[in-house]
Amino acid sequence: MSDLLRLATAGSVDDGKSTLVGRLLYDTKSVLADTLDAVHRASADRGLTTPDLSLLVDGLRSEREQGITIDVAYRYFATDKRSFVLADTPGHVQYTRNTVTGASTAQLAILLVDARKGVIEQTRRHAAVLALLGVPRLVLAVNKIDLVDFDETTFGRISKEFTAHATALGYSPDAVVHIPVSALAGDNVVEHSTNTPWYSGPTLLEHLEGVPVEADPHDAVFRFPVQYVIRPRTAEHPDYRGYAGLVASGTVKVGDEVVALPAGLRSTVAGIDTYDGPLTEAAAGQSVTLLLTDDLDISRGDLVAEAGTPPEVTDEFDATLCWLSEKPLSPGARVLVKHGARTVQAIVTELRARFDEQRLASVDSPTSLGLNEIGRVAIRTSEPLPLDGYYSSRRTGAFLVIDAADGGTLAAGLVGAGLPVLDGVDSCTEGGNTAPSASDDHALVSPGP
Amino acid sequence: MSAPTQQTTLDRLESEAIHIFREVAGEFDRPVILFSGGKDSTLLVHLAIKAFWPAPVPFPLLHVDTGHNFDEVIEFRDEVVAQHGLRLEVAKVQDWIDDGRLQERPDGTRNPLQTVPLLDSITSHKYDAVFGGGRRDEERARAKERIFSLRNAFGQWEPRRQRPELWNLYNGRHRAGEHVRVFPLSNWTELDVWNYIEREGIELPSIYYSHQRDVYLRDGMWLTEGPWGGPRPEETVLHKTIRYRTVGDGSCTGAVESEASDIREVIAEVAASRLTERGATRADDRLSEAAMEDRKREGYF
Repeated sequence: MSDLLRLATAGSVDDGKSTLVGRLLYDTKSVLADTLDAVHRASADRGLTTPDLSLLVDGLRSEREQGITIDVAYRYFATDKRSFVLADTPGHVQYTRNTVTGASTAQLAILLVDARKGVIEQTRRHAAVLALLGVPRLVLAVNKIDLVDFDETTFGRISKEFTAHATALGYSPDAVVHIPVSALAGDNVVEHSTNTPWYSGPTLLEHLEGVPVEADPHDAVFRFPVQYVIRPRTAEHPDYRGYAGLVASGTVKVGDEVVALPAGLRSTVAGIDTYDGPLTEAAAGQSVTLLLTDDLDISRGDLVAEAGTPPEVTDEFDATLCWLSEKPLSPGARVLVKHGARTVQAIVTELRARFDEQRLASVDSPTSLGLNEIGRVAIRTSEPLPLDGYYSSRRTGAFLVIDAADGGTLAAGLVGAGLPVLDGVDSCTEGGNTAPSASDDHALVSPGP
Repeated sequence: MSAPTQQTTLDRLESEAIHIFREVAGEFDRPVILFSGGKDSTLLVHLAIKAFWPAPVPFPLLHVDTGHNFDEVIEFRDEVVAQHGLRLEVAKVQDWIDDGRLQERPDGTRNPLQTVPLLDSITSHKYDAVFGGGRRDEERARAKERIFSLRNAFGQWEPRRQRPELWNLYNGRHRAGEHVRVFPLSNWTELDVWNYIEREGIELPSIYYSHQRDVYLRDGMWLTEGPWGGPRPEETVLHKTIRYRTVGDGSCTGAVESEASDIREVIAEVAASRLTERGATRADDRLSEAAMEDRKREGYF
């Protein structure tokens, strides 16, 4: 079992995410005395009688003033079983881009709902974004269960409604767990609650400690973006030429046949170097230096891949963009695309469809894509890129869209991914297009690791 | 030769940091590593050496020297530089005070005075990427920091203008005059740092381990006498067994009472501690609820 779990939180504003995270930190004794003293003092200053645990997380001045989370906060806690890196992502609607950020690296997401409100549009939208980004597992934390008198029927109704939604998004039943909690009082967060005798499942922490995690796609095909060419040219290493990078997916062994893309140069792995000595094999997540048998012209930005199953090399492709900038995207826009370690010029030649967050449906041929909108586009690049589909390789199927003028990040790009497809019977789609077009690539099948 | 085994948390953190160093080497023209001789910046240098081996580290080091140093740390700093054949630039706060660009503060601490020499050095050397040893577990404002953190032409951190950081694709683009602060240790905790120091056998300045020292109590912290001034008449000097949990400007870095004389004992002590690293030892963070955020906005580390 992996000893590190990366997780993200998501949910609407006021659902109590920061309080839940504060509770997890507090109850796992990850909050030290001086930090807690500061929270007690700040809570008292605000006239509160019990400590406001959200103050553990909301670190910025304006966040504490407004009582909301503005920016993704990273938190670290550990139990005897695992270490956790938690991205606490804001639910305030204009900051939805942060959910995309937190979800991009998450192996599991905790989605909060308020038991009094149940599954609302924001919940559905967040779940769609988590599915789109390929977060493999979800926890639905039905929070504020104390405010509905720990009512089993309410919990059951919300669970059922969410299950239907998650299934429509492509999640299998065992990938989604529902837990009734009160972040404020601590019920079922770390300790089992006596107020919910009808609930026999794990507490939130028990689930996080035990959930199987596909840490890295070890079984996937080998992909290795070259970040840097190491050429010491010293007396000791006059002819050393190594290709430094992080294995993005799969494994590589000495003797493997590989191909360097986009040029298509084939060679054999002669060695796998690290400062601590050579390896016979390296796996996804490891930073290493590859030595090849042939002296090839390979530089930063190239991709070394398994020779038998290379990715497609193309300068025209379809992708889904999560637009993260206040500057809207129009067809014909000139941008930069950063894929792996390569940045190229690109044109967004066509906006094919937009996911309508209000109707949870898609609109064909929109004229623009605005902040927090998700759209399917066609892209042409100045140089060919070696691309995998996002769901077959989350690392080499992802790219950034960058503003060439000011360098800002405009969008998260997913090669080949479809728009969120939603259950046509959802009441929210009433009056709109009931479902996106039926083509296969719209369907979100089994979110990959 | 060895086959890969299950990657531990430390393996993953190391690989992530090496990946970050290599991205910066590939994308920037003039990076620099902030190096004070403290444990976090020593760890940075160790990781940089690993990232580029067998080639030398392709960046110089920069120390913003408050002049309020512990001798052991400066000796250690110079040893590391010599041992690995590195290049070190030193920006002395004293020079800025001497020519009037900075003024000594009434409380005598020089920690906040480091910002101007840092920004001036970044400008004059045209550094475009500046590696720091900051960790997100240190402090709440740091918890919101990106791994690649864009600073404007004034060196300021603007929390609302930070770029979303997606997957492990870092966006280092910046306009002329802007620079990027890079934090390879973002996801490390204090305990990870110590566990890694043990695993790798990394040398540290001796003051991180328990020793005898004359100290006096000020604002709840054990300070030591030095060029930054000594005890005030009302402050009593005591001989204690202490160690330093962080090392910064001597005027505001407190010692902790400790018997931990080797790495195993330090790890046990850190694991059992009920105080955070900065809370236990840094007076500058106690100024207000948002002291760190305010300093970061001004261009601090």
